Amino acid sequence: MTDAVLPALAETPAAPAAASLTAKTRRRRALVYVQAAPMAFVFAAFFLVPLLLTLIVSFWEYNEYEIIPSFTVQNYVDVFDGCLNVADPCTTVRTYLSTLKFCALTWAFTLLIGFTVAYFVAFHVRSATMQMALFLVCTIPFWTSNVIRMISWIPLLGRNGLVNDSLLGLGLIDRPIEGLLYSDFAVVLAFVHLNTVFMIVPIFNSMARIDRSLIEAAYDAGASGWQTLWHVVVPLTKPGIAIGSIFVITLVMGDFVTVGVMGGQQIASVGKVIQVQMSALQLPAAAANAVVLLGAVMLMIVAMTRLIDLRKEL
Amino acid sequence: MDVELIRLTKRYGQTVAVDGIDLKVRSGAYCCLLGPSGCGKTTTLRMIGGHETVSSGDVVIGPKAVGDATPAERGTAMMFQSYALFPHLNCRDNVAFSLRMRGVGKAERRAKALAMLDLVQMAHLAERLPAQLSGGQQQRVALARALVTGPKVLLLDEPLSALDPFLRVRMRTELKRIQAELGLTFIHVTHSQEEAMALSDLVVVMNGGRIEQAADPRTVFERPATAFVARFIGGHNVIRLQDATEIAVRADRMRLGPEAGVEAVPAKVVSIEYQGTSVHVGFEADGLGGGAPAALTAVIADGAYAGRPLALGQTVPLGWDAAAAHRLSA
Repeated sequence: MTDAVLPALAETPAAPAAASLTAKTRRRRALVYVQAAPMAFVFAAFFLVPLLLTLIVSFWEYNEYEIIPSFTVQNYVDVFDGCLNVADPCTTVRTYLSTLKFCALTWAFTLLIGFTVAYFVAFHVRSATMQMALFLVCTIPFWTSNVIRMISWIPLLGRNGLVNDSLLGLGLIDRPIEGLLYSDFAVVLAFVHLNTVFMIVPIFNSMARIDRSLIEAAYDAGASGWQTLWHVVVPLTKPGIAIGSIFVITLVMGDFVTVGVMGGQQIASVGKVIQVQMSALQLPAAAANAVVLLGAVMLMIVAMTRLIDLRKEL
Repeated sequence: MDVELIRLTKRYGQTVAVDGIDLKVRSGAYCCLLGPSGCGKTTTLRMIGGHETVSSGDVVIGPKAVGDATPAERGTAMMFQSYALFPHLNCRDNVAFSLRMRGVGKAERRAKALAMLDLVQMAHLAERLPAQLSGGQQQRVALARALVTGPKVLLLDEPLSALDPFLRVRMRTELKRIQAELGLTFIHVTHSQEEAMALSDLVVVMNGGRIEQAADPRTVFERPATAFVARFIGGHNVIRLQDATEIAVRADRMRLGPEAGVEAVPAKVVSIEYQGTSVHVGFEADGLGGGAPAALTAVIADGAYAGRPLALGQTVPLGWDAAAAHRLSA
């Protein structure tokens, strides 16, 4: 039986076999595209299309009454109007400087706090159960909305708030401190409160993957605690720091709610400018501002990925 | 430098990992701590290296007890089982790490690191990251890193277990060469009796947190102190006699058939393994020390076996040279 079949198989011309093989391969390739399609659709519908529309609208004209589909760069000219004057910077430059200041301060504080908390949980908490519990504690602020978390600061920091009352009661001050609420301080405080967890999570993730024998090897090599931290832990935590930094920077750069609520609607930020223009229905101007902001944030991220090759580290 | 352990003990809560061991390793010796997993050998090594606190007893390195001194203060260096190379540093910087921690200048530490990489024949790959190296190469770098500060005692935690058998034998030779060249005291943890035999001047067989026997390899093989040692190092039959004492007889000193002698017992052949230069024959023998049938092994030279082959299930008289019997302590 077998003897009879084998020669028959051998006699079959090779070409159809090869053809059916390629047909199979082609079908398999097509299947790959089908599998990728849902994600591609979501990505296109909710990311690429809106982005493209924003870009298109940013070149349209507008006046007090209507938006006119056409092509003009006037919106961009308006954004950068008079910005070459270094002595008296234009609104855009001043707004960006203010936002960057918040960004830098928030980044510095969230990094410091996030790194410390992650280090404690990753290296000083021994049991995995305890680590998990502490990790959940870190996410508790997320059980309520952003706005509520911000508003909760008001009774604490207000002129007659808990902090001022307590300090007055203790006799440490004789009149309420004015700058607690509706100030740069309040804005940075709220930003740090809202965003630290975005630093903690990726940094903890990086730290959890550090082989503990590396710490022992550093100790064996005579490294002190600080030396181990600086020469072993920090370099190996860089990917986590980079990811956390991208989260924090993009969130702070685009924010308008926190700056509005905690700054008492008195402090400018790029996001706030866009929001004001949108509520005035100056959509092309807002779109142009948004494109500029996007460019700025992307530049920052590119600069950061230049420092750390994220794809290699992940 | 001499290393001495005095009543060294490690307890984890109620569990005793190392149970009051005494040991003296003279300067320049190659000592292997040998035993099954969980026997306390790694814990002992880590206590010598200052990576584990001592519950009671002392580690004495050179002239003084080290107490809770850091590894650098002890003059020990450890080579970790997984090598523990820093993944973000290239080979040269890995080796130079401890010098950097001590504040040695860049040019000097690089020169020293390269010299050390040269010793382990890795200088040509100095710029590579650990991830770009094979297991054997990583191990050489780990060795160079441990040696660069000029430690007096090198501690090796199962350094060869992650290598393939061929590489293991080569690295074994290499370790021995470097140890002889530098004249350091090496303390090497292993669960392979073959490795311990091949490398050491002093074999320390451990079991259940205690030392069963500490002697040179030949003594351990010729005169195993306990039944555990005889079984663990292999190549021995542990035989219980009528008077309830136990003896160890080397498997290659067993005698078959007409040469079996007066104490011979009938034994059934249960396995035959051809090994090239010899044949390992497994027997089951009744009538030794009462009790259940005893499993015995005889190693027969291939020539002798070819002259008188055996078949499975065959029953032959099995005995041993009276001179080869070694009495074991309980």
